[in-house]
Amino acid sequence: MGIVEDKISRALQQLPKAPTGIDGLDEITGGGLPKGRPTLVCGSAGSGKTLFATEFLVHGAIDYDEPGVLMSFEETDVDMVQNVASLGFDLGDLIEQGKLSVDYVRIERSEIEETGEYDLEGLFIRLGFAIDSIGAKRVVLDTLEALFGGLQNEGILRAELRRLFLWLKEKGVTALITAERGKDGALTRHGLEEYVSDCVILLDHRVSDQISTRMLRVVKYRGSSHGTNEYPFLISDTGFAIMPVTSAGLDHDVSQERISTGIPRLDEMLEGKGYYRGSSILVSGTAGTGKSSLAAHLARVTCELGERCLYFAFEESPRQIVRNMQSIGLNLQPYVDQGLLRFHSTRSYFSGLESHLALMHKLVNDFKPSVVIIDPITNLIDVGDERTVNAMLVRLLDFLKNRQITNFLTSLTSGGSAPERTDVGISSLIDTWLLLRDLETGGERNRGLYVIKSRGMAHSNQIREFLLTSEGIKLVDAYLGTTGVLTGSARIAQEMQERAAEQARRQEIEAHRLELERRRKTLEARIAALQAEIQSTEAETSRVEEEQHLFAEQGLRGMEAMARSRKVRSPGLPTNTGHPAEKGQDKEGSND
Amino acid sequence: MTDTTAANSGTDKETVESGDPEYWELRLYVAGQTPKSITAFTNLKKFCEEHLAGQYHIEVIDLMQNPQLAKGDQILAIPTLVRKLPAPMRKIIGDLSNTEKVLVGFNLVPRS
Repeated sequence: MGIVEDKISRALQQLPKAPTGIDGLDEITGGGLPKGRPTLVCGSAGSGKTLFATEFLVHGAIDYDEPGVLMSFEETDVDMVQNVASLGFDLGDLIEQGKLSVDYVRIERSEIEETGEYDLEGLFIRLGFAIDSIGAKRVVLDTLEALFGGLQNEGILRAELRRLFLWLKEKGVTALITAERGKDGALTRHGLEEYVSDCVILLDHRVSDQISTRMLRVVKYRGSSHGTNEYPFLISDTGFAIMPVTSAGLDHDVSQERISTGIPRLDEMLEGKGYYRGSSILVSGTAGTGKSSLAAHLARVTCELGERCLYFAFEESPRQIVRNMQSIGLNLQPYVDQGLLRFHSTRSYFSGLESHLALMHKLVNDFKPSVVIIDPITNLIDVGDERTVNAMLVRLLDFLKNRQITNFLTSLTSGGSAPERTDVGISSLIDTWLLLRDLETGGERNRGLYVIKSRGMAHSNQIREFLLTSEGIKLVDAYLGTTGVLTGSARIAQEMQERAAEQARRQEIEAHRLELERRRKTLEARIAALQAEIQSTEAETSRVEEEQHLFAEQGLRGMEAMARSRKVRSPGLPTNTGHPAEKGQDKEGSND
Repeated sequence: MTDTTAANSGTDKETVESGDPEYWELRLYVAGQTPKSITAFTNLKKFCEEHLAGQYHIEVIDLMQNPQLAKGDQILAIPTLVRKLPAPMRKIIGDLSNTEKVLVGFNLVPRS
């Protein structure tokens, strides 16, 4: 809840309120209608006055234990019960339980002749009787102005109306009086606002360019502050839903949590982590650049985590989306079946901008998704000019961000204009902005993706070629050539060239390697030959030494043999005798 | 209430068999004995004696005592005179001070 609304609700505590139970209205009025006082609801035919009044009574009877009286001047009891049955309100049951009393007041001028003085005591008595019989706290008079059609004497009528409102206040009932819108901007046709001065609510149903929008405004609320804007509302299958959007809220919490984009390479471009939870993501691109496919990837990854995703499609039906995404290998049907993924497909010109807004508001509140996809937002421009669309988006994005819902918007840019310019109106609201761009080279059209901005993260500045394959989106590096970015065939040609060059280089290296190998082998052979030479030289050397040794031995033996023959001991020859003998020999030798 | 008694006693004398096409069944709705109610009753009585002598029945209903009866005849204004018979049902509101209008209201003279 925004600051403004907080202030409002504080101020409103002074005045007792009767909650209406109508979605959004109690927020705008800070708790409901003034308790024990009359409120005027005015609007043109078909603006929802009767429904509004009926909801007020039904919610009072069911939710707040305040029985109510419906005095209808236009519709019979039976019609009344039937009309609201389609919204799931069982008036018959409430009447049986004594929580509701419906009184149809028929007034037909042609049946009535007036002569002389009269008053409307009969009406007071009827109303008083109905109130007392069920202990009613709420009263609806729908539409009191029928009296002006039925009675001629306006002087009497006005005096009696004044008395009626005083009487209602004395009774202490919270009354709701409906009235037709007057001409020339007058709130009511017969000036009822003169008598009901506590609270006036205006319902409007305007049609511009054949598209209708319902709006609610609290014109006045005596003794209480209130939201003064016009609020769009819906009459849906569950009744009234008002969207109390205020764009004052720039105080929403922010999340540090990151969620995957569903495409690993794109995650990589965003610090390897993906988007921030609760942020706004915009994808711009011309027709057929793959915006919806990006959206579908996010939807899938969200559902894979067991979270809910709400997909507003303004171009395709749910089945068409599911079928088309199957062609790039994304099967979304299981998630639809599990209730994790919900599509809401409408044509943008099906209703007014404000109704779209109110509907989105309602669906988001009902479904509680963690990701909302709007594909594409540009279709909304069909039903409003750029300024109002931007105003609407501000309110929608604020609403989603306040609830920490990640929102993913796609924007179709027209061929001629620069995409950056087209979306400039909402770019300030966007946290992460991806651009899909056609890259025309070599007579073909390819897709390029880059990140224009991404708040709060160091995102990649690289352009990536964006491929839609049967296994989903693939991002590949785009080549920068002399003529600019190379994509598609040009990229493939470049890749082939590079591959050929690589091949050539590899062959050259291989040849070089073989040459070196050969040289190494030659050297090794030479080393082996030298080794062999060394070995043979060594063998020669040892043989020579051996011979030398043998020769020396033979020489010694010859001398020994000679000495033996001379009976002299050879001094150089060792003998097998003991040391003393040797010593003796040494002595003998030294003595010699 | 005295008005009711008076009316009933009056009708006692003037009862004509029902089913007679010229038989008038009238109901006067009032809320307590207000000057307007008394004037209306007096005027009605006078009118009936003048124009419908012997063929009418007046029932005075006090909504203060029987508020639940207001719904049946769709009463808003007080006093209201309802002609139940002869059909079609007619309503005249006010104190009946203008005899001319009462005659018009009961289709006894055409609207001018």
